[in-house]
Amino acid sequence: MAYKAVIGLEFHCEMKSHTKVFSGAINGFSKKPNQLVSPLDMGFPGTLPVLNKECVKKAIEMAMILNCKIPEYMEFDRKNYFYPDLPKGYQLTQFFNPVGTNGKVTIEINGEEKEVLIHDIHLEEDSASLDHLYDTSNIDYNRSGVPLLELVTEPCLNSADEAIEFLEHIKRIYEYTDISECDTKKGQIRADVNVSIMDEGSKELGTKVEVKNVNSFDSIRKTINYEIERQSKLKESGHYDEVVQETRRWDDDSGTTIHMRSKADAIDYKYFTEPNIPRYKITKELLDEIKKNIPMLAHERKEKYINEYNLSLYDASVLVKNKDVSDYFEECVKLGSDPKSACNWITTKVLAEVNKNEDTSIKDIFITPTMLAELIKLIDDKKITNNQGKEVFSKMLEEEITPLEIVKKYGMEVIEDTNLINSLVEEVLNENPKAIEDYKNGRTNMLDYLVGQVMKKSRGKANPVEAKEKLLEKIK
Amino acid sequence: MLEKGIKELHDELKSKKITSDELVKESIKACHDIQEKTNSFVTIIDDATGTEVTDELLSGIPYGIKDIFSTKDILSTGSSNTLNNYVPFFDATCVANLKKHGAVGVAKTVLDELGMGGTGTTGHTGIVHNPWDLERQTAGSSAGSAASVAAGVYPYALGSDTGDSVRKPAGYCGIVGYKPTYGMISRYGMFQFASSLDTVGVLSRSVEDAAIAVDGMKGLDKHDMTTWDSSNIHLYESLNKDVKGKKLFYIKEICDIENYKNPSEELKEHLNNFKDTIKKCESIGISVEGVSIDRNLLNALYPTYMVIYGAEASSNMANLTGISFGPRGEGSTPDEMIKDHRTKGFSPLIKRRFVIGSFVLQRENQEKFFLNAKRVRRLIVNKMNSLFENYDGMLCPVGTGPAKYLDDSKNNHDKDTVVLEEILQIGNFGGYPSITIPNGFINNLPVGVNITGKVKDDVNVLNIAYALEDVMDYKNQIAREVK
Repeated sequence: MAYKAVIGLEFHCEMKSHTKVFSGAINGFSKKPNQLVSPLDMGFPGTLPVLNKECVKKAIEMAMILNCKIPEYMEFDRKNYFYPDLPKGYQLTQFFNPVGTNGKVTIEINGEEKEVLIHDIHLEEDSASLDHLYDTSNIDYNRSGVPLLELVTEPCLNSADEAIEFLEHIKRIYEYTDISECDTKKGQIRADVNVSIMDEGSKELGTKVEVKNVNSFDSIRKTINYEIERQSKLKESGHYDEVVQETRRWDDDSGTTIHMRSKADAIDYKYFTEPNIPRYKITKELLDEIKKNIPMLAHERKEKYINEYNLSLYDASVLVKNKDVSDYFEECVKLGSDPKSACNWITTKVLAEVNKNEDTSIKDIFITPTMLAELIKLIDDKKITNNQGKEVFSKMLEEEITPLEIVKKYGMEVIEDTNLINSLVEEVLNENPKAIEDYKNGRTNMLDYLVGQVMKKSRGKANPVEAKEKLLEKIK
Repeated sequence: MLEKGIKELHDELKSKKITSDELVKESIKACHDIQEKTNSFVTIIDDATGTEVTDELLSGIPYGIKDIFSTKDILSTGSSNTLNNYVPFFDATCVANLKKHGAVGVAKTVLDELGMGGTGTTGHTGIVHNPWDLERQTAGSSAGSAASVAAGVYPYALGSDTGDSVRKPAGYCGIVGYKPTYGMISRYGMFQFASSLDTVGVLSRSVEDAAIAVDGMKGLDKHDMTTWDSSNIHLYESLNKDVKGKKLFYIKEICDIENYKNPSEELKEHLNNFKDTIKKCESIGISVEGVSIDRNLLNALYPTYMVIYGAEASSNMANLTGISFGPRGEGSTPDEMIKDHRTKGFSPLIKRRFVIGSFVLQRENQEKFFLNAKRVRRLIVNKMNSLFENYDGMLCPVGTGPAKYLDDSKNNHDKDTVVLEEILQIGNFGGYPSITIPNGFINNLPVGVNITGKVKDDVNVLNIAYALEDVMDYKNQIAREVK
């Protein structure tokens, strides 16, 4: 028997910013521990938090995009608990008055729209990270104080597919707004996943199980599917009472979730408002300024590609899936390429090259938008043929030189001298009376043969379209 | 020489009657001389040296620093075993500012552990004795700073004030204690106790010196978001004794002797002396009127203070785990190590306050205790602000008499005097400028009077104190007991 799954997500995402959210230390990624640290990040006595306005603006921007209600004042609260990765003994977060509440976003699942309700989004600081060795643990304070946005959904998702599509949607927003890189390899995203099951058609919610700190989309998918299956099996076999309100964690090695603590052990975080950060007024002017600067997001770009550039829904979707790819495309268009040609080159040849390697981004390959635009221009100007274009593309990657340089190096330039083409056409016509005869008798494919002969004589430099036109003129 | 005020010392230095080096050496020696009797210091900075004497009044002149302030490369303990080996790698902003003006820190003074407590008896290096009578308390928490300034080892010392920690010891030690408006001086580098109440202050022997010292410390600080721009305020230059027409009020419920059922002789004398001070005020053109404040509001003052500071302190001091600074606790897990560090490090008084702080913040208690305390604080501040619309400030006796005995069994415990004992906390509730100056003697021990004014009206408050100080005989007095 299949049950209906109810899923809620708490999605933590490290933000991009120059400095940390409450200290002057650089917010960056360092493989060396304890390089990006200020006294506050280690909780030294007498240090005080200083709010990073860049992070505040970005948090408000995200709240706006999620259609949230934005409070009158920006405030922070202390979440108090002892843990070795928490140097101050509390985490600064927004408990009483988050930067955004009651939002919603529309996502697309298999061509159908679904509204996902946002409970709240809040700005907070990350903890230090712990490295557990055989008999000791090391603390790395680089991450301590890194700005985090935590987005909390209502329990309104019903499958792993929906959850992942939602997260992909949010991830795209973060990337398009430059609020976060959402880089899993740098540990920039983490999710707490709440899963329960209920009888189809029932109104009574089942027992909620929380799985903490799942740190990749793939693991989130597996976690959800595993929990649905685990809970369903227990329910099916009449042991639903064994599903208890608890916190579990995802174990990648075994592909299972493991019990961490029960509800009875839940910590009272004794939240109270941080007295060292005066309430920060969110003025209408600030809101207007932020709103004005929200960049075009993925779905808006997609509409533009379809309506203005006449691209297919499929092609537009492929282009906007990744912001770097979309940016690459727009750069080509900006440089004068025909959007359709640029789209064709990118979705076929360029992405094929990018996808050869898992770690490669479109920014990493040798061919820049400028070079691709140059290549497209050569073809559009009929300086080289389409087939030559493909050859140029391969040679660019092999030899790491520009299209113009390749065309020059291999003498690929199309003959533009009309007299020369005319004389070649004459030659071919004189040499092939039989073919002309056949053509006139209805064997139309003989024309292609004749074009081929002209191309051969020109060593590929003639423009085949032009050659065809000339041949037709003469034969008639 | 050290018994002189800052301006005089500056003149001596300028006219080369003494060098900064000599003055600093003399001060260090004086610190050693009073240490055995008063136990004022956690650290005497023996290798401190003089600085260049410039036109800055503070240049070349020694001063003391409460051990709650971070001092670069110098042990800073907060008088707590949890920090008994902590050497900061940065200066508190106020210390750095004084350094810029050429001031020379020569000692780190004892406090009640981490600023919590008002007796001067809970520091990890032992009890601080009042230089006027070694069997008496200095009050606290700025105990060592008050004792050493009263003993005349330097003209001023830094204090911090969360309830009355600068202004009460000033009263008990016969000196000036000034707590400026909240945010005038950066708190960066001062160990946090109760952040919404904590204020950097100064202890000195004259209003003038207090003004000069705060001028040298104040200012916007990018490390403390609660600081504000006071660059248009010049405290020392604004002192002019022109106080004619100023209006003060006192709270009848706590200042009128009729309101006490069984007042002690000391209290009678103290309030009588207060009446004399009112007459002195009137003699220089300041009017003083008694006003009534709802008893319920007054009685709520101390519990409200306890709840707010307990809550904030329990969280502020959660950084004291012995993990990245302070002595490492023993144990095989981080939890055990943290527990061991805190169990051994804190005195019982602090532990009790943490229990109260945690209790009032618990989910089920928060509304009833913590949030209500914040509301009551607001009510009290609203009441004071409405009074400040008609008055330049509040005049108030400091404490219920002179310094209490260290042996608590000799002290008078009268429930009726709790509000008077704790009234100065109002200054922290509203972040008001508040200054204590000596106003007489009872049983050969000094007593003080306090003036509290409205936010950012420091110039006015100081000027009233300056004029009043001038018509009394206690300016620049030194405790001779330890000399």
